Amino acid sequence: MDNQELNNRLQQIKDKLIDIEQTTDKRIYLLCESQNSYEVCRFLFEDLGLRFAIATGIDSDDCFEVLYHFSNDQSGHVVTVKAFIRDRENPSIESISPFLPGAEWIEREIHDILGIEIKNHPNMRRLILHDDWPEGVYPMRKKSPLRNEGTVI
Amino acid sequence: MGWKMWSLKKSIWVFHVNTGACNNCDIEIVNCLTPKYDIERFGIKLVGSPRHADALLVTGVVTRQAAPRLKEIYRQTSKPCVVFTIGACACDTGIFHNGYHVIGPVDKIIREEDPNAIIAYVPGCPPKPEAMISGVVKALSAI
Amino acid sequence: MKKTIQKPVLAVGPFHPLQEEMEYFQLTVDGEIVTDIDVRISYNHRGIEGISETLQFDQVPYLVSRVCGICSASHPLAYINAVEEIAGITAPERAQYIRVIINELERVHSHLLWVGLGGHFIGYDTVFMWAWKYREPVLDLLEEITGNRNNYGNVRVGGCREDIPDEIIPKILKELDVVEKKTEMLTKAVLDDPVLHARLKGVGILSKEDAVKYAVTGPTARGSDVAIDVRADDPYAAYGDLDWKVISQPEGDVFAKAVVRLLETLESIKMVKEAVKKLPKGPIAIEVKEIPPGEGCGHAEAPRGETFHYVRSDGGNRPVRHKIRAPSYVNVPSFRASCIGEHIADVTLTLAAVDPCYSCTERLAVVDSHHNLVHDYNTLLQMSRDKTARIRKEIGAPELKMEDF
Repeated sequence: MDNQELNNRLQQIKDKLIDIEQTTDKRIYLLCESQNSYEVCRFLFEDLGLRFAIATGIDSDDCFEVLYHFSNDQSGHVVTVKAFIRDRENPSIESISPFLPGAEWIEREIHDILGIEIKNHPNMRRLILHDDWPEGVYPMRKKSPLRNEGTVI
Repeated sequence: MGWKMWSLKKSIWVFHVNTGACNNCDIEIVNCLTPKYDIERFGIKLVGSPRHADALLVTGVVTRQAAPRLKEIYRQTSKPCVVFTIGACACDTGIFHNGYHVIGPVDKIIREEDPNAIIAYVPGCPPKPEAMISGVVKALSAI
Repeated sequence: MKKTIQKPVLAVGPFHPLQEEMEYFQLTVDGEIVTDIDVRISYNHRGIEGISETLQFDQVPYLVSRVCGICSASHPLAYINAVEEIAGITAPERAQYIRVIINELERVHSHLLWVGLGGHFIGYDTVFMWAWKYREPVLDLLEEITGNRNNYGNVRVGGCREDIPDEIIPKILKELDVVEKKTEMLTKAVLDDPVLHARLKGVGILSKEDAVKYAVTGPTARGSDVAIDVRADDPYAAYGDLDWKVISQPEGDVFAKAVVRLLETLESIKMVKEAVKKLPKGPIAIEVKEIPPGEGCGHAEAPRGETFHYVRSDGGNRPVRHKIRAPSYVNVPSFRASCIGEHIADVTLTLAAVDPCYSCTERLAVVDSHHNLVHDYNTLLQMSRDKTARIRKEIGAPELKMEDF
């Protein structure tokens, strides 16, 4: 799938997106609300056949963002789905692991470090934090007391 | 010097503990066994169980998850036991000193378990195999 | 009333020498066959992504080179690809070539390291000693170029830190000739050995469908007929200018992964030679004033697969978010597909074939509830080696003697 075809195919899910941004030749960002991220990721993985690279969870100032990075190996494009979670109190997003088992670990990690609830995850257990880590403490949140300092808890 | 210490000084058997290292120091430790350095000719041998070990080679920063396991392994060794902290991370946690999941350095955790532990430091990132061999020789000459 | 039988559980880890990450595997076994596998990580979680946000853009490469000791050239390169994308700059051509040389030398020593450990697991300690011996000249070359055997810290935003002086170039070529000959010999020895064929073929198969589903990368994917390689798909540094090919094998078993790695080593040596000969003149770095706000994705092909870095900048002097994805993070979960249904004696090897951490199997303990036995690591290693010996007898291969070497 070359550059032109990829761009054409991406137009098919335009109604699910807020916007399509292209920062450089090979980097495309698809902006969407968290409710639509499952559909968009499924389209990229199953219909377009892109390879899942990783997801990134970010605590922005007014919302949480979950970024799903997909790679198109024929043309070297990286397509990133940027899902905004507006609810800061009870952040949640639909799991993509049911159709993409390679995403199981990263979703568990995002839950660990940011406290975003992953709905319908097949195996939601603690992944990277240690066994005695207190519940409800999320090290990568902006307001976390643990962030950027070695506080002992 | 008691006879226990005296018997420790020849042909020490070592057990290697990784407590959250980047693998560099670990690879360099294994490098000591390979033809270029070949420490087995001095009777230094890597063993598979802490119960057989005269010395621990500890690498890494000691993450929160690894700390209780490090203590458990130290308890299992026969005493006297020399603890070698290999690399900058093990000596003073190095570049990772303010990480939220880091609780080290190694000497702090070991001293919590046994305040009189014998601890030797081999700094470097990673220390060269020559430095490790020299560190072992210096530490054994000192005790 | 039906009596419930507790399934026997095999614990692998967490402490073992030779490895990259501490991991704890719990294998549920039925007799000799593995029926389920579970992984617990966290032992090695140092919070690098959090620390990275406290460092300046220029300091981060030295941190990320310590993500993993033997990928210490590819992690900084992936990070720098991302930052240079945000800043919209390109490093000078000479710097691009130096990056390729360091990265490919790293791949050579990393693959040789894996071959040695693979040999160790199936009881070929000669291969272990040989491969590690031939790895030493490569480390010496890296030390001469960058000042350290590992953790080179040679890349920075906008170029490289250390130049390759012209007087070392003949030495690099000479040393590589030696390494190339020895690797060829090792490759031939592995590909021709009937015992290795019998021992490794058909073991730990990862099918192409599973490889896609688990999104694996690197030699793990290329051994399963998924011919992806970032160096070819999205060329960075000077990879676009060099003449080389992507190696892939269709079978998906341990043997295929070994073949991919050995052939790749030869390919890498060829690349370094070409890059050294083509090395253009000029500066090795440009001045970078500040990083504008924005976001960038950088990836690079590490010896184990694709390293992926995502960096977001707000115009300050530190990244506001820096996500790191190491190749083992996607390769390790594929054990669920490749280990289940295998013999315990083969698990050691299957786990090692992905090269996550070479000997996740040290301090292994098997609890077999039928016979009330506890096997430790040595017994399991012995099981793996006995199987090799059995196959050797069945084939009628001669016993190994000292004179053969």
